[in-house]
Amino acid sequence: MTTELTRATLTESPLKAVPAYTASELLGVMSARLLKDGQTVFAGVGIPLLAAILAQKTHAPGLTILFEGGVIGPFVEAGKLPPSTNEQRCTRRANMLVSITEVLLMLQRGYVDVGFMGGAQIDRYGNLNSSFIGDADNPKIRLPGTGGGNDIASLADMIVAMKHEKRRFVEKVDFITSPGFLEGGTSRADAGLPAGGMFRVVTDLGIMGFDEATKAMTVVALHPGVTPQAIKDNTGFELPVPADVPVTEPPSDVELAILRELDPQRLYTA
Amino acid sequence: MPREESEGVTQSYLDLRQKTRERDRSLRDKVMSLEEAAKLVDNGASVALGGCTASRTPMAMLWALIRARKTGLTVSRSIMSTEGDLLYASGLSTHIQTSWFSQGIVWGVSKVMRAYTESKRATFEEWSHMAMGLRYRAGAMGVPFMPMRSMMGSGVVDRAPGAKTMECPFTGEQLLLVPALNPDVALIHVQRCDAYGNAQLDGLTFMDIDIAMAANKVILTTERIVSNDQIRRHPDQTKIGFFTVDAVVEVPFGSAPHECYGLYEPFYSHMDLYAQMTAKDPDKGAADYLERFHYEPKDWADYLSRIGMAELLDAQRRGSGIYDD
Repeated sequence: MTTELTRATLTESPLKAVPAYTASELLGVMSARLLKDGQTVFAGVGIPLLAAILAQKTHAPGLTILFEGGVIGPFVEAGKLPPSTNEQRCTRRANMLVSITEVLLMLQRGYVDVGFMGGAQIDRYGNLNSSFIGDADNPKIRLPGTGGGNDIASLADMIVAMKHEKRRFVEKVDFITSPGFLEGGTSRADAGLPAGGMFRVVTDLGIMGFDEATKAMTVVALHPGVTPQAIKDNTGFELPVPADVPVTEPPSDVELAILRELDPQRLYTA
Repeated sequence: MPREESEGVTQSYLDLRQKTRERDRSLRDKVMSLEEAAKLVDNGASVALGGCTASRTPMAMLWALIRARKTGLTVSRSIMSTEGDLLYASGLSTHIQTSWFSQGIVWGVSKVMRAYTESKRATFEEWSHMAMGLRYRAGAMGVPFMPMRSMMGSGVVDRAPGAKTMECPFTGEQLLLVPALNPDVALIHVQRCDAYGNAQLDGLTFMDIDIAMAANKVILTTERIVSNDQIRRHPDQTKIGFFTVDAVVEVPFGSAPHECYGLYEPFYSHMDLYAQMTAKDPDKGAADYLERFHYEPKDWADYLSRIGMAELLDAQRRGSGIYDD
């Protein structure tokens, strides 16, 4: 299971005006748009699952979703979202069910185009922490751990969807649970991870990518109403914003309606 | 991890075979009660649990072990949910090996897991999900390790006892080797099996087939016991073979309040109740929960009654709907 912190940890959006959508809905819409028709996406529950279904229902009807529980190509029902990737709700109208180990080995074999998960803490090189806040030997908070997060981040091109807060975007994560580009440059491949790596980080403020050579995080788009200064102020490391940075199209009524139909109880989009 | 620290993580191959040779693997009736099955688990044993998160958790068997006041178990599972909390809080185990440990994303980070691990009263040994799967698979295959391509470069690998990197003798690439896991006992809950232990699983199988093959003893709990004739009509559906199984216990709703594929979904209101009870004071909350639902009930039916008929019917209605359009 891929992890993200719970609703209880969310703070107020730095956006001044009250938008017509929640931060989570913005995350869902923006990350759905990054998925391409025909791709195979290995999705965690929460925003990744919602975004993948949204993509299926809009521009990517041929998107194949894989769940860590051993599910290949399901159509999850609106209003019946699974509590994890391992309950029967995940298997609705799937093409195939396999064991957990088999579906993870498909990832290793190279059958997955995109790994898609949430994140609790991320650093400049896209390393993710979902294990320990503070020192691992004396943690302030013991988090739930990797689940399949480490495997997905080690073996696939990654999209991460998470809230953009200074305490979550840190210079160096307390612990590398799921590897991004490690120390940058070629360090990921040098560590025995020649394939995959961070592709995009989608937040409620913008969309980030990674420099081809240094592998450091950089802004590739800002969401409507977000200034370059606002995104820098909410990041715990130097985050370059190009002078001609594009602005994303706001979520459409259709996209929002689909998300709200999928999650009427607001389990993941509150 | 240096070699000396990881010694003893895997079992000797000849010991493993000897243990298998000593088991009665004949086609015989293995039906017994939860209490009798609990006697097959020694204090200090290594125990693997079937299912994943809130699915096909062998809850009734754990309930029986908690009531039998077993202690000192090392317990492994693909992912741990509320049963992991109860293992810590009951003293059944202070050492859990898994990839993810909390009630479930919608309930947030487990307060009980946090309380026990942060105070160092218990260990949560973290492996990647694929590493757990390949450790069981190596155990099932009778080889001492499996090679894999994740975990390297992360902090997880540094804290995983026995994980080692090697240069591939064919390609020169760096690979990670994870040690075989051959648990003393596997506890697996299934939809149906016969008296001999031929188990037919519906839906998601998780890591259960490898766990059954890897373990030196298997205790099956089952929603219902069917005839061997019925099994023989569809042998292609048999996922766990009788020859790996040592005990069969019939326990309706044996995963409650978790789900059993095609029969019942998680008991969501009860899961909310558990989260509420353990939110403020995890130690007291878990102790109260154990008292009310594990120690006090006179039997499994009483446990289910305390969860409540309305919850049970709701979970069953939602669960059986998986086969409807």
